[in-house]
This record gives sequence, C-alpha cells and structure tokens, in this order.
Amino acid sequence: MQKFFRIAIVFATTAAVLAVSVPALGAKALHGAGATFPEPIYAVWMYKYNQLTGVQVDYQGIGSSGGIRQIKARTVDFGGSDAPLKGPEVREAGLVQFPMVIGGVVPICNINGIEAGQLRFTPEVLAGVFAGEIGYWDDEAITGINPGVALPNEPITVVHRAEGSGTTWIFTNYLDKVSSSWHEKIGTGKIVPWPVGVGAKGNPGVANYVQRVNGSIGYVEYAYAVQNDMPYVMLRNQDGKYVSPSMESFQAAAASADWANTDNYYLVLTDQPGEGSWPIVGATFILLYAKQDDAETAVEMLKFFDWCYDHGADMAVEKDYVPIPKNVADMVRQTWADEIRIDGAPVWK
Amino acid sequence: MVERTAARPGAVDAAPRDQSRPDAVFKWLTAACSLVVIVIMGGIFFELVRNSGMAIREFGFSFLTSDAWNPGTGEFGAASSVYGTLVSTAIAMVIAVPLSIIIAVYLVEVARPRASRFIGGAIELLAAIPSIIYGMWGLFVFAALMQDHVQPFLGNRLGALPLFQGPPMGIGMLTAGLILALMVLPFITAVTRDVLMMVPPVLKESAHGVGSTMWEAVRFVSLKYGRRGIVGAVFLGFGRALGETMAVTFVIGNSHGISDSLFSAGNTIASSLANEFNEASEPIYLSSLFALALVLFGITLAFQTIAHHWVARMQRLEAGDR
Amino acid sequence: MMVPAALIGIAVLSWILWEVIARGIGAITPAFFTELPTPPGMEGGGLGNAILGTALMTLAATLLGAPVGLLAGVFLAEFGPSSRIATAVRFTTNLLMGTPSIIIGIFVYAIIVLPIGHFSGWAGAVALAILILPVVMRTTEDMLNMVPDELRESGLALGAPRWRVTLGIIFRAAKTGLVTGLLLAVARVSGETAPLLFTALNSFYWPQSFGEPTANLTVTIFNYAMSPYDDWQQKAWGASLLITVSVLVAAVLARFVIKDRKGRTA
Repeated sequence: MQKFFRIAIVFATTAAVLAVSVPALGAKALHGAGATFPEPIYAVWMYKYNQLTGVQVDYQGIGSSGGIRQIKARTVDFGGSDAPLKGPEVREAGLVQFPMVIGGVVPICNINGIEAGQLRFTPEVLAGVFAGEIGYWDDEAITGINPGVALPNEPITVVHRAEGSGTTWIFTNYLDKVSSSWHEKIGTGKIVPWPVGVGAKGNPGVANYVQRVNGSIGYVEYAYAVQNDMPYVMLRNQDGKYVSPSMESFQAAAASADWANTDNYYLVLTDQPGEGSWPIVGATFILLYAKQDDAETAVEMLKFFDWCYDHGADMAVEKDYVPIPKNVADMVRQTWADEIRIDGAPVWK
Repeated sequence: MVERTAARPGAVDAAPRDQSRPDAVFKWLTAACSLVVIVIMGGIFFELVRNSGMAIREFGFSFLTSDAWNPGTGEFGAASSVYGTLVSTAIAMVIAVPLSIIIAVYLVEVARPRASRFIGGAIELLAAIPSIIYGMWGLFVFAALMQDHVQPFLGNRLGALPLFQGPPMGIGMLTAGLILALMVLPFITAVTRDVLMMVPPVLKESAHGVGSTMWEAVRFVSLKYGRRGIVGAVFLGFGRALGETMAVTFVIGNSHGISDSLFSAGNTIASSLANEFNEASEPIYLSSLFALALVLFGITLAFQTIAHHWVARMQRLEAGDR
Repeated sequence: MMVPAALIGIAVLSWILWEVIARGIGAITPAFFTELPTPPGMEGGGLGNAILGTALMTLAATLLGAPVGLLAGVFLAEFGPSSRIATAVRFTTNLLMGTPSIIIGIFVYAIIVLPIGHFSGWAGAVALAILILPVVMRTTEDMLNMVPDELRESGLALGAPRWRVTLGIIFRAAKTGLVTGLLLAVARVSGETAPLLFTALNSFYWPQSFGEPTANLTVTIFNYAMSPYDDWQQKAWGASLLITVSVLVAAVLARFVIKDRKGRTA
C-alpha cells in the first residue's frame, strides 16, 4: 500500500510538472476575449488558421464590455467589441482599434405558427415592444402592420442581454435614433436599464432563451438566427421598405460607410439609407495595444488578422457576415504600420 | 455530520517534553499550516473591502437600499440582488425544510431498515452532485415543466395574488427557488435523520407507553429532543443556499429590479457576480460588484456564526443535561 | 400521507440522475475524450482538452491544498486540541467551508489574476485549493481523533519523537480515513464552476501551460449549456454525466471505506 502511494505521488507530480513545462514544445498561443457578435466567424477563422499554421488563437466570448475591460487590464492580447471606442478614448488608453467584420443584428421571436420573415415591424413598434409599452402579441400596433398573420393573445416576453454587450449597443443605438421615446427614457448603451424582460448571457444565451420561452422576442447577430433556424422579423428601413436580413441587405447598408473619414475607425452603421439596406448593421472591432511587449505575440497577432482580411472573406460570406472591403483593409494595415510598436520599432512593415 | 465545535473527549494536550528540535519544528510547521485558514479568511475580507472602497465612498449606506443598477449612468445598488437572494432562498427553505423533516422521519420511524439504508444512502449521494448539474437539469428539463404546466396552473388558481401574476416563462424567481430547494433538501434530510437517530429509544418507548401515536411521539419527543440540531442544519442549509451560484444563474432570468411576482425574472448576488464580474468595464461598476460580494460574504458569515453559536449552546446544554 | 411526500422528494432527485444519464450518454464517444472542440455548426469534435484541464487543475489543487490541510489537521488533533488557537482555527475553518465558492474566485482574481495580468490555470488551481483546504482539515482532524490515545502513548513511551509518532504510526492507522477524506474533497472540487470563471477562464486548445487560460469541463458546461447549438448542448450533458459519475464513484468508495473502517475499529 505504501509503495503504491509513493508511485502514485511520483506519477502525479511528474504529470503536473510536464503540464507546466510543455510551453517550450507548444505552438504559439494568442488570447483574445470579447464580443459574441462575431464569435461564429471568429471561431471558424481561428480553427482554419490553426490547421494551416499551427498557431493557436483562443477567443472567449464574454461580451464587448468584457473585451474592453480585459484588454484595458492587459489580461488578454486583444479584445473584441462591437461598440467602438471613440477616437480620444482609444488614444488615451494607448490602444489601436480597427474593424474586423460587419454583421447584422436581427430580432428573433418564438410564437406558435409564426415562421421566419412572416412578421413585420416598424421602428416605432420595435421600440415599443422592447420598451415594454406593447405588452401583447395581438396588440393593435402589431396586428395593424401584419394583416393576415394570426397573432395570439399572449404576453410578450422580451429577452435582452444580461451583461455589457456590443450587440445591445448596436441595437439600442438604432432604437435611440428611430424612437424619441426610447431616446428619452432608455438611450444607447452596452447595458441599459431595460424596463422589462429577461437577461441572457451572450448572443448564444439570447438565442437559447428565445428558443425556450413561448411568446418571446430577442435580438441576436444574424449568424445565430440562421444557425438555429430561428424566425426573424422583417424591419422597415429608412427608405420605407420592409427588408429581410441577409448578407446582401447588410452589404447595402455598409456600402455607404465612409471609413476614410473616421477617427480611429469609429463608425456606426445603423439606420443607413438605401432601399435594400438592413437598418441594424454594425462593424465589430479589435482592440490591441499600440505599444506591444512581446515581439512574437505582436507579429503573430497581426499576421492572423492579415490572413483574415485576405483569406477569410469567403468564410465570412458563408456565415452571412460582410467582409471588410479591401481598401479599408489596406487602410488598417497602414494604421498598423504607423502605430504599433515594439521597443519603438514598427511591428508591421 | 453535525458541526464540530470542540475537541475529542479525553484528548491529551501537548506534553511538555516536546523539547527536541525536530519536534519543535514539526509543531511550528503544523501550527503555521493551521493558521493558513485564518490568513485566507482575513485576506478575503481585506480584498473585498479594499476593492469595494470606491463604491462605498460613492454611494454610502444607500447602496444597500437602492435598487438601481445602471452601468450606463454609474448608479448601482444592492437592493434587487439582495432581494432576489433572500426570496429565492426563502422559497427553497419553505419547501425543503418540511419535506426534509418528513423524509427523515420516514427513514427513521417508518421505513424498513434496508429500505431506510438504501434511500438514505441515495440521498447522501445526491447531496454530492455538483450544483452545475442542478442548473443544467433546471434549465433543460424543469423550466419547460414550469412553463407548460406548473406556472399556468398556479396562475389560473392563485392568479389573484400578485405573487403568481405574469407570463409563464419557465425561468424566473420561482423556478430558481425550487431548484435551490432540491439542492438543500438532501443536506437537511441527512442531518435531520442523523439527529433523529440519536434520540434515545427509551424516550420514544415511554411516549408510546403512555399511548401516543407515532406522529405524536415524533412531534413531542423526537423533534423536540433534536430541535437544536435540526435548527443548526437549517441555518447551515440557508447559508449554503444564499451563496449558490450555478444552479440559480441558469434559471433565474438575470434581470435587475424588484418585482411582486414570483414568475418574473430576478437576480441574486451570486448570479450577478457570475454574469457581470468578468466584464465590468468602468471602475465604479467593478467596485460595486466587489461591494455586492462583500454584502454576500457578510450575510453568509452572519448566518454561519449564528448557526455555530446555536449548535455550541446545544452541545453545552446537552453536556449539562447528563 | 407521509410516504408519498417522502417519495416525491426522492423521485425528483432520481429523475435528475436519470436525465443526466439519458441526455449525456449519447455524447460519450472515444472522440469526446480525445478531440478538441470544433466551431459551432461544425460536426464532431470533443472535450478532450477540458477533461485534461480539469484533471490537471484538480491535481494541482490537491497538491497545493492537501498537504497544508493534513498538517493543519494534525495540529488541531495532536497539539493542544482545546487551546484557544485551535478553537479559533476550527471556527474559521467552518466559516471558510461555508463561504460561497464564487467569493473565493473573486478573491483569487484580486490577488493573482490582476497583479500577474492574465487568467491562468495556476489561479484556477489556487482557487480550488482554497476550497479543498478546510474539508481536508476537518476530515484529517476527525480521522486522527478516532485513533485511540493508547497508540500515541505507546509510541511516545518507546522514545520516538512526536513527529515520528504522528507521521509514522498515527497516519498509518488513520490512512484509509485520510485518503477517503481527500477523495471526497477532490470530488467536491472537480464539479466547481464559479471559482474558475474569473481565474482559469477557458480555452479551445490543449492545456499547454498553467500560466495561461486553461480549458476545463465546468466552465465549458456553463458556456455550452447556455448556447443554442444542439451538439454543444449534448456535449454539455456528456460532460455533466462524466462529472456526476466521477463524483458519485468517489462518494460511494468513500462510504464503503468508512463503513469498513467503522466496522473494524468498533
């Protein structure tokens, strides 16, 4: 018995020591955290990149606020946020910010008998529902714009985000623009004082809760709606047309984006003009430090993002994200060359 | 497994002849190791207070009474989280305690010895199941049951009460309370059973001897005899339910704000911390979360201290009885 | 009247076990143990990294917490068990055992993750070690107290130094009980989620270094369960089944051992 214990302890200690010392053998690991908005495409890119190069890019979806907090605390190598920081804030924090991919935020619902694209909302109705002012599915405001659709006399359960979210920021930014009552009472934010509803964690959590709760409505990045076959709602855009969410309607909205004249790429894409434009579109951003500590980490990070710009476009389109246009990607590369330094020397050439 | 407060009877204190160097070092080493707990507890208290300083300075006492929670404007208050913590725990105790006592009485008085051992063993094993499993089951299985059957039933029959109004979502305060009840049940049952088994048979036989029924014997003899142990167990169960995180976070609905209805979503201190701690981006937000943690720490410490003194009093009284 | 009430309580608890087994068994394949997670929407993959990460962190936590707990238990049982220090330590141990594990996680975040600058497996292991410590202290003290004083006195009478008596004779006598206590503590800790949320975080790759975020089963269950993807949800159930089985096996083993011991010393 004694001998067994001794052997067991030796074995266990060796295993533990190995676990700690293996980094010498392992591939380079990069750590990021933040928005769940782009997680479906980031996960695909990182998986593919790992297969091609062996470099491990790890990304934990903890929400945009989490991304900002973790990068500011320097507990990760890069942060992801759909709520861009304003130019001065970026500079003050010593960060570099750039857009990675563009996607659309889509309201999803769970009502018996209602399928994707059957239900239509105007901006005012959408704001009214999420503000708790419209409480029942068969409210006149909703039935009035949906003739012929059978809506039940059931209460609406709003599902929003429990934590600070860039998706929420994009969504509330839109509602803020189109509804004066939302603007007065609630406003834009990564986390807002929701008057009603249930909080879920991450885009996945919102999709999960909407799937479970009858009569619920939530908002998620479009990839989540598609991946889980969830009924989305059509919205009326600035031009007065009802549009469905799709890569094309997101691209129409993003077409008028003027990236060149932004301060640190701060740009909001909600409520954009265009007949086919989806009204709730946003870019998602990467944040990292201008002054890098570790040359290898810095170079590998930029190589990864560069690869995503060059080779990730098809995968993005497949997931219904809009890739960043080539000219903007070139602008971003120039920003890297201009701003990212290690010991004073530029990292990107 | 009643909480131990005293050393074993007949223990020999360290003999004065431990003068040799290795023995002195040994004694010092073990003493140092035992002080580690005290250092850790002190460290927890210190860190919580230090990091919640900003929130305490900013909000003062009103932090405890305000139900605001607005990271956008920087206003924070603990009231809705404390409310949720207390209400969900109260629901759990109201359901678990009577049920535990009934099950324990059944195991000790009614069930055949083999069945009693088997069921008792099963309950102890169930106490070992990690809370995240309860959370999983709660979200995937129980919430659907609540939404489709239990909540509509309650809403129809008792809907006049504000407690049971609102749409049945399956998730919410009531569901969280019920899951907590399931978690605390095995623990209190096991302790109550142990306490009841310690009742001297002669007391019960005397009761039967003067013509009381089984239930009367239980009520007036067994439960009375063991009441302090049971109360101690209840306090400890309460303390555990207060800090329960994973089982609650899955099903409580994560909404800040105080509502009349048990059907609505809510939050507890633990669930708010689990959801928001990693991503509070402004210093005042993070500090408020630390302050919430401090409040929870304080509440659980208070409950444990009360339980501790209660049980210590019981042991002293019983020693005096002999 | 009582029987149905009692049986309802037991039936619901058994229902939980049944659901875990029924929903999780489908996920248990060889790939589950050997492969890395794939992006959502891509079939296949497994949780090999999370299983390894949990095992390694639990092991490290045990190596950190158990020796300290053992020695502390020795102090409480052997040296001045009624002294004021011992009483204070016992009280504090009970307090620590009752402290919510999420607060331990926040504490370790404040003292390790923040100063060092990133999440790490070490921080996770330390958080778990803090959870193991009071449990090991308690069971060690209990088990050592069950060893009759005669054994101590005979050892000392033979002229052996105190430390020899304790480590050699007493430990050997209480060995099975001590190991059982350790087993129970480890089982309890391997199912903990909250303390790892802010310390080890999680990862999609094999754990390569404890200095970095480390994959683990419990945070993975948390993330996967809250997701809308069917295959992730099934993997979460598989992981739940794995944890439940490990914990129950440890608990059953412990009960057998203790019963056996009690039978022998009675």
